[in-house]
Amino acid sequence: MPDSAGEPRDGAAPAPGEGPTPDRGERHGWDQLTTTPSEQGTLTGGPQDRGRPGASRRRRRGAEELMVPEAEFQSYYGRQVIHTPTWKVPDVPLYLYLGGLAGSSSVIGALADATGRPVLRRTARLAGSIGSIGSVVALIHDLGMPSRFLNMLRVFKVTSPLSVGSWILSPYSAFAGVAAAAEVGGPLLASGRLPRLAPLLPLVGPVGRASGVAAAVLGPPLATYTAVLIADTAVPTWHESYPELPFVFAGSGMAAAGGLGMIAAPVHEAGPARRAAVAGAALELGLSHRMEHRTGLVGEPYKIGRQGRWLKAAKALTAVGAVGALFAGRSRAVGVASGLALNAGSLLTRFGVFEAGMASARDPKYTVVPQRERLEARRRAQAEAAAAAEGQDAGRVGSAA
Amino acid sequence: MSASTDSRPTTGGHRKGFFDTPSPADGTGYDADHPPRMGFFTDTSVCIGCKACEVACKEWNMVPATGEMDLTGTSYDNSSMLGASTWRHVAFVEQPVPQRAPVGLGMPGIGPGPAPAATPGGGGGCGSGGGCGSGGGSSSGGLPPVADMGDFDVLSSLEGTATDPGSLPAPSAGAGEQGPSGSPEGVRWLMASDVCKHCTNAACLDVCPTGALFRTEFGTVVVQDDVCNGCGYCIPACPYGVIGKRESTGRAHKCTLCYDRLGEGMTPACAKACPTESIQFGPVDELRRRADERLAVLQEKGEPKAQLYGHDTEDGVGGDGAFFLLLDDPEVYGLPPDPVVTTRDLPDMWKHAAMAAGTMLGALALSFLGARR
Ligand code: SF4
Ligand code: SF4
Repeated sequence: MPDSAGEPRDGAAPAPGEGPTPDRGERHGWDQLTTTPSEQGTLTGGPQDRGRPGASRRRRRGAEELMVPEAEFQSYYGRQVIHTPTWKVPDVPLYLYLGGLAGSSSVIGALADATGRPVLRRTARLAGSIGSIGSVVALIHDLGMPSRFLNMLRVFKVTSPLSVGSWILSPYSAFAGVAAAAEVGGPLLASGRLPRLAPLLPLVGPVGRASGVAAAVLGPPLATYTAVLIADTAVPTWHESYPELPFVFAGSGMAAAGGLGMIAAPVHEAGPARRAAVAGAALELGLSHRMEHRTGLVGEPYKIGRQGRWLKAAKALTAVGAVGALFAGRSRAVGVASGLALNAGSLLTRFGVFEAGMASARDPKYTVVPQRERLEARRRAQAEAAAAAEGQDAGRVGSAA
Repeated sequence: MSASTDSRPTTGGHRKGFFDTPSPADGTGYDADHPPRMGFFTDTSVCIGCKACEVACKEWNMVPATGEMDLTGTSYDNSSMLGASTWRHVAFVEQPVPQRAPVGLGMPGIGPGPAPAATPGGGGGCGSGGGCGSGGGSSSGGLPPVADMGDFDVLSSLEGTATDPGSLPAPSAGAGEQGPSGSPEGVRWLMASDVCKHCTNAACLDVCPTGALFRTEFGTVVVQDDVCNGCGYCIPACPYGVIGKRESTGRAHKCTLCYDRLGEGMTPACAKACPTESIQFGPVDELRRRADERLAVLQEKGEPKAQLYGHDTEDGVGGDGAFFLLLDDPEVYGLPPDPVVTTRDLPDMWKHAAMAAGTMLGALALSFLGARR
């Protein structure tokens, strides 16, 4: 049952290296109390810590120390406080990527339609539809069975981003699907191979256009709601990132969709795709930088571990792709290479952000330290306010006397 | 937040008495005469770690085993944390405590003999297992349910000294001897039975996209397993790490506060089984009063870190329907020190997402405008 975060064992076994003091996990409670002084030092990190073996205090030193001040805190045997999400990899990170790609593609498709860029339009419409189908498949795979998706369409709750998301994704998929069908059906009908359906031909253009516009309206919400989806949890890294995360996802989606346009459309049509890619990459890089630094301790998982490496690679790929996009007006090959780099970057961003949240859920540090600081700050403020009020009272009494 | 948010306490609705606070069930579609809010007050200072609650809960609610043999190897706690198949969890914390008095003068605050923790500020005196109460009936401080903890003398000996080796499940070398630094050391055990908090503002309930989680007429939070689609959203949403997904059903499960028993006017299984009345069940208003009284008693006895947890209606979740009296900081027991319902920030999140969507639309439109020759 590897994914059963709800099952207790999940918390009992922190990943190697993630746990607080690895050797304590092996010890029986009483053994902890009869350690030699030198052992005691290594176990608890200092004489002031001897007070609590069960409730371990932890200092962790390492390369990360340079970035974030080391945290000392108490926990229950180093176990996590909140549960790790049960959402599966790759289903959910893939869902985040596809939603961004599809959502931005639909906007590009509608605008390409309006400005007479047939190849870019076709690419974008197909990407929108395939992306949304992929999203639905990923979601259903995560839920386990299709009927469970329908359970969500029986209610609408603004307090549940997943409910809102299902209500965005479902109509979006329908409109994107019709727009893509028009793209495929138009040439088919025009070819005369389906004579009985030929009378429908004049309808294909307008229906495709209308559906494309509808999908373009739902596309940006589809690309950004997923940020709210993961931020609206108790997972420290996701929750604290909520102001920037939708912008990061919007930028990442634009970079991916622009990149796809550069791959599939000829150079003379792909100008807007190149600009979209550059703008998206700039948005993604700028806002993720801000997000990773503003969030302080809870932003640490963005910088460490394998997700840290993924995010670093994502930034490099996105930057390279964006620079390539600037020059892709001269060479299709450069455009294709940049488009691939941008999509790889977008995909890695989603996996990295997802994993960073998972890591922050598994480590009690990210839950306890910020909350403890908040609590202490509030207590200090209350004490000061009380002292100030007392001072005033005393002054009043003094002057009255 | 929205019409569908049934977790915000509202004014109006049921009022039962002078002290009554609104129930979260008010304004959620129940008749105005729905029952008062029911909950748990878990007084961890008298918990003996017997796990009767864990067993009773499993029995009554037919909660399956978690699977394999779970041995943590760190303490007597082998159920680790709350989850889909662990609706009550007894935490065991072992803490060495410095003795205040020099060795050889007897050890105040430990053992069944003299009144414990007579010295104010003596942190070691009033541990779990009824130490505070072992001095006699006076310790009950007007709290009838925990009137005579003198019965638990044998357990109070666990706090520090091996007066009766037969009662100790461990080598006698463990307690009451010289600590590594040369200071005399004892040990105290903190035990606490954890459970779903039945939050006033419940994140699990807010984020559930199917409506499987709902607010009962008792103000508690319950999952309907036949509606749950296993989306798993509630699981990372809960700030306390309570609700979990069970592999065998693919659905979310958690404490129901024995909704079925409440409907019959019965006490929840865990509270019924608790031999020390550490788990107290009743109307939340009444429990809050008892908690305040008990806290005052413990503070008077010189238990410096005694604190109530989850009783404050001004906290990040609007107060818990199941709250606790702890003898140390919440994180020592694996509880979040300052939990906040994640949906508190949701309006702001939607605002940012809308701005980001607008930015995306604008940027894409501009890329096309610029391309027109
Ligand atoms: S403690 Fe968690 S599972 Fe229980 S009501 Fe609160 S949010 Fe829901
Ligand atoms: S797992 Fe079930 S109870 Fe939890 S949010 Fe999803 S549908 Fe609701």
